[in-house]
Amino acid sequence: MNQSAETIISVQNVHKWYGDYHALKGVSMEVKKREVIVIFGPSGSGKSTFIRTINRLEEHQRGKIVVDGIELSHDIRNIEQVRMETGMVFQQFNLFPHLTVMQNITLAPIQVRKWPKQKAEEIAMQLLERVGIPEQAHKYPGQLSGGQQQRVAIARSLAMQPKIMLFDEPTSALDPEMIKEVLDVMIELAKSGMTMLVVTHEMGFARAVADRMFFFDQGQIVESGTPEDIFRNPKEERTELFLSQILSH
Amino acid sequence: MTNLNSALPPLTEQITLLRWLRKNLFGSWYDALLTVLGLWIAYWAVKGFLTWAFTAAKWDVIILNLRLIMIGQYPLEQTGRLWLWLAFLVLLSGSSTGIWARESKYAAVVFLLPGLLALLPFSTEPRVWLVALTAIGLAGWVIGRAKPEILKRGVIAGWVISLPVIILLTHGFSESGTGFWAVAKTTLWGGLLLTFLLTVVAILFSFPLGVLLALGRRSELPIVRWFSVAYIELVRGVPLITILFMAQLMLPLFLPEGLTIDRVLRAMVGITLFSAAYLAENVRGGLQAIPRGQFEAAHALGLNSAQTMVFIILPQALRLIIPILAGQFIAVFKDTALVAIVGLFDLVGIGKTVLAQPDFIGLQREVYAFISLIYWVLSYGMSHLSQRLEERLGVGKR
Repeated sequence: MNQSAETIISVQNVHKWYGDYHALKGVSMEVKKREVIVIFGPSGSGKSTFIRTINRLEEHQRGKIVVDGIELSHDIRNIEQVRMETGMVFQQFNLFPHLTVMQNITLAPIQVRKWPKQKAEEIAMQLLERVGIPEQAHKYPGQLSGGQQQRVAIARSLAMQPKIMLFDEPTSALDPEMIKEVLDVMIELAKSGMTMLVVTHEMGFARAVADRMFFFDQGQIVESGTPEDIFRNPKEERTELFLSQILSH
Repeated sequence: MTNLNSALPPLTEQITLLRWLRKNLFGSWYDALLTVLGLWIAYWAVKGFLTWAFTAAKWDVIILNLRLIMIGQYPLEQTGRLWLWLAFLVLLSGSSTGIWARESKYAAVVFLLPGLLALLPFSTEPRVWLVALTAIGLAGWVIGRAKPEILKRGVIAGWVISLPVIILLTHGFSESGTGFWAVAKTTLWGGLLLTFLLTVVAILFSFPLGVLLALGRRSELPIVRWFSVAYIELVRGVPLITILFMAQLMLPLFLPEGLTIDRVLRAMVGITLFSAAYLAENVRGGLQAIPRGQFEAAHALGLNSAQTMVFIILPQALRLIIPILAGQFIAVFKDTALVAIVGLFDLVGIGKTVLAQPDFIGLQREVYAFISLIYWVLSYGMSHLSQRLEERLGVGKR
């Protein structure tokens, strides 16, 4: 096995309940370094819950999750360690509205990584150039379009220099004409070798860069495989039906 | 053609005024009736008040007792110390206005007020000080505008030490009993001075306490949460006046023989503890308005709970509740009047002693009208300040 095939996320038989509702029913997944994983499925299938257990925004109640060699348990130090190595981009952007774009990006590097302000700002500017909006650095999130806000959110996560990036439906809250600008940034990121887990229904993105795809339904992984396998000959009827529904438009 | 153009504007304006009147005041027969009735009531009330104020009212009582109303029995010899800290505050306000309200060119007008007050029939010493205050305020403003970056830190540091400076100067520190720096016993503090100190101390201490209680009430640690809930509900369930009575009358029963706590200090603690409970609930309201996504985004970036609160949640929550906070601080300011009932000589208390003097019996209207005017001016000042703050912090808000 070569260096790039090293496992970075290992999820084994994870269960999650909300009260009586069984949201995740024994989910297992191994992700290798530099892999791009696309997770899709109907709403309520547990795909968002699953991706949020990986940085412990949701607590799993049974099973085992190991991220970059650290097991997620009730130990707060482990959780903080994992969160430092894991970036997350949300459907609703969740930028901090009282801070400028620059402050949004530099806050965590300065407070958590303890970088000097100047270094944090230099790296923030590089990232803003990478996502194509360096001229917006000193505006507030409320002054930007949805697409620009989501690109800032990506830059904010990257500023912590994470080993893994999680995307929770990053384009679902965007107007159609802005989806492309965000996907372009994500495609560039995928090609640069970032390990990515992406919950999305953007099948064009999946075709372009995904290494493997996972179809979730009713809290379980129904089917997984390369985009080739999933699109050409899905083994499960449910996968085929769902794909036909979202691809028919 | 040009003639016609130049003749038009005044004509249009007249029509606009008439239209405005018709639209807003005489739109229908009942609008007209309400307008006439309203004007008549307003005329009647204002005329009555003005007639009283300028013919019947004996304002001598205010002039003769002005010192008492301002600072109570505070020793004459040490009054200079009060002017000193007032000058310090005015200097800080002046430079702060210059630094942080640069865009409002006329903000400095407010510093002309003390100078205008000097026109009133004071004795020479206060007049000199009042003029000096205007000069200091304007000087601070000019310097603040000229060198904002250099002064910023100093001015912030000045504000941070301002309360200790005020208390120290008011209290004095020389035990000798005489001289400029002699201790002025708190029993001698009174009038606006006492009202001001009670208010400032209560606001500054109840604010952090209230924030902590609000966080405590949302804490995941049961004991912290229960304590916060119990404290808030207990204190909110009793009137402030009973807390003040307990602090003044019952507390000495529980203290060991010989140990006494200063009465002014007890009042300060009572008002602070009372205000903190209300503040806690206001802050909690603000915290609840912050979407869950803000916590999640902060946690996902690796910020711990304390960092999330300090950098992300509290700044947004507190900004949301500025109008409520201003309302509460104004309420605290006016509630300090209750200490008059437990025997302290704040504005209202000193008003009562003034009226108890044989020379001034029956002059309640003059005294209370004047005291109300002081309360109103300062309350309005706080309200105005909070609105400016809201505007300033509104930048880039969602």
